[in-house]
Amino acid sequence: MKSVEIVIIGGGPAGLAAAASAKKAGCNSILILERDKELGGILNQCIHNGFGLHTFKEELTGPEYAGRFIDSVEELGIEYMLDTMVMDISDTKIITAMNRVDGMFQIQAKAVVLAMGCRERARGALNIPGYRPAGIYSAGTAQRLVNMEGYMPGKEVVILGSGDIGLIMARRMTLEGARVKVVAELMPYSGGLKRNIVQCLDDYGIPLKLSHTVVDIRGRERLTGITLAQVDSTGKPIPGTQEDYDCDTLLLSVGLIPENELSRGMGVEIDRVTNGPVVNESLETSITGVFACGNVLHVHDLVDYVSEEAGKAGKNAAKYVSNELAQSSKPVRIEACEGARYSVPRTVDIDRMEDNLTVRFRVGTTYKDAYISVYYDDTRILHRKRPVMAPGEMEQVILQKDKLKEYPDLKQITIKIEQE
Amino acid sequence: MEIKELICIGCPLGCSLKVEMENGQVKSVSGNTCPRGDAYARKEVVNPTRIVTSTVKVTNGDRPYISVKTKTDIPKSKIFECMKEINNAVVEAPVSIGDVIIEDVANTGVSVIATRNAFAN
Repeated sequence: MKSVEIVIIGGGPAGLAAAASAKKAGCNSILILERDKELGGILNQCIHNGFGLHTFKEELTGPEYAGRFIDSVEELGIEYMLDTMVMDISDTKIITAMNRVDGMFQIQAKAVVLAMGCRERARGALNIPGYRPAGIYSAGTAQRLVNMEGYMPGKEVVILGSGDIGLIMARRMTLEGARVKVVAELMPYSGGLKRNIVQCLDDYGIPLKLSHTVVDIRGRERLTGITLAQVDSTGKPIPGTQEDYDCDTLLLSVGLIPENELSRGMGVEIDRVTNGPVVNESLETSITGVFACGNVLHVHDLVDYVSEEAGKAGKNAAKYVSNELAQSSKPVRIEACEGARYSVPRTVDIDRMEDNLTVRFRVGTTYKDAYISVYYDDTRILHRKRPVMAPGEMEQVILQKDKLKEYPDLKQITIKIEQE
Repeated sequence: MEIKELICIGCPLGCSLKVEMENGQVKSVSGNTCPRGDAYARKEVVNPTRIVTSTVKVTNGDRPYISVKTKTDIPKSKIFECMKEINNAVVEAPVSIGDVIIEDVANTGVSVIATRNAFAN
C-alpha cells in the first residue's frame, strides 16, 4: 500500500490552502484527492467578484482567487489526483479511493485533512407539496450551468431562499436576460450578505419577500408556476396570503450542509449545530491526526476565512507528522450559548495554542446594538458592541494566550450575546 | 442637511454607511471601516458604478466558456449595454487571466478582461 504523510480530501479552496501551508511548514509528502476534473472547487463557478480582499488586498473573482492557490500548489510541486473519488477513510487513516485510471486503490496516511466542502440542501429536504416537473434546480446547479457549461436554465424565475448563491443567481439570471420575479425567504431575515441584497436584488428591482415560502408547485412536464404564501412566526403558511406566480424555473437556495459522510464513516465526532466535525484549537477532530477546515467544518461566508483556517489546519497537520504537535493535555471547553449558536473550535488547549486564537461563531437571530461577551468562568473579559448581527454573517472573537495564562484553573470559556 | 443610509458593497463585511449630503454635495461619510467604504459612499450617492462579471464563449479551447469581468467598475446605467457586447463576443483559445477580451466596452473606456485560463485544444 502506498504511504503518504498528509492526504488532503478535496482540492477546493480549503484543500489547496491546507496543502500549500503544509508544504511550507516542511512536509514533503502531500497528496490532494479531488473528485472533479480540475482543482479549485466551487470557486470555479463563482465568477462574481468580491473574493480575496483580506488575503490579497484586492478584489478578485472566484476563478482568479482559485487560480492563485492552484498556481501556488503547482509551484510548490504538490501532488494531486483529479477525477478521484474517496470512498472511505478508516479510523487508522487508510484511504480507499477510485478513479478511471487506477481503479480502486488504498493509501496509508499519517495525517488526514478533511476539506470536502458542503452540498446544497435540495427540494426533498423541504417537503414542498405539488408536482415534480423539470425546471427546479438548486441555485448552485444553475450557477454551474450558466457560468461553466453555458446553458440557461429558464426564462421566468422564482427563487426560494435568500442565501448568497440565490442572491448572486438572481443577478446573474437577470443579466443573462431572464426575468427574476421574486426571491422568497422563509425566515424574517435574509440568510445572505447585506451587500448581496443591495447589488443583486435592489440594483435590479427584484423584490425580496421575507417570511414567505413556496406552498405549491405546478406543471406536469415543465414547471408552469408556483404559489407563495406568507408564514407566521412558527413558519406555518397563513391562509389567505397565497399569491400565484407563473414561472418556468424555481431555484432553491435553502442552505448548505457540510459533506461529512467520510468523516462520520471514520468515526469523527460531529457537532449537531454545524454538522461539521468537533475540533480543538489545532483544528484537529476527535481522531488524533485528522484535521478539518473550510465548509466541511462549518459553512463560511468568506473564502478568505476558509483559506486562513485551512492554512492553519495544513500547518498543524505538518507539525503532527513531524511530531511537533504536543499531545493535548487539558483542553478548556468553549461554550457558545445565549444567542451564540456554536463555536469553532470547541476546545482550546492553552499549551498548544498559538499567541492568538480566532474563534468563529454565528448568532441565532438578528441583533441591533447588542454585545458579544466572552467569559473566563465567571469573569467577563470581552464586551464588544456590534451595531448589527445576523445569522447570515459569521462573527469572531480572538482569544489571547497571554490572557488565558492568567487563569490557570480555567474550566470553561463562554461566548454569549448580551443586550447590555 | 440630508442623510443617506447605504450598505457598503466593497467587501462581504457590508458596513452600514451614513452619508451626510448638502446641496447634492457629500459632506461626510461615517460607519465605514476602511477607505474603500468612504470611496464607495461618495460614488454611490452621485454616480453609482459596478463591476460586471459574466462569461464569454471560447472556440478551440479546453472549455466552452471563460469567465470575464470589467477591469474596473462601470456606470450602473451601462450594465446591460455591457452585457450585450459580452454576449456577442467570442474568443479563441488560448486565453490567460488578465487578457483583454473587449476594449472600451459600451463606450465606458473600461476593458473586459478574462478571469480564467483556457488552453488550446
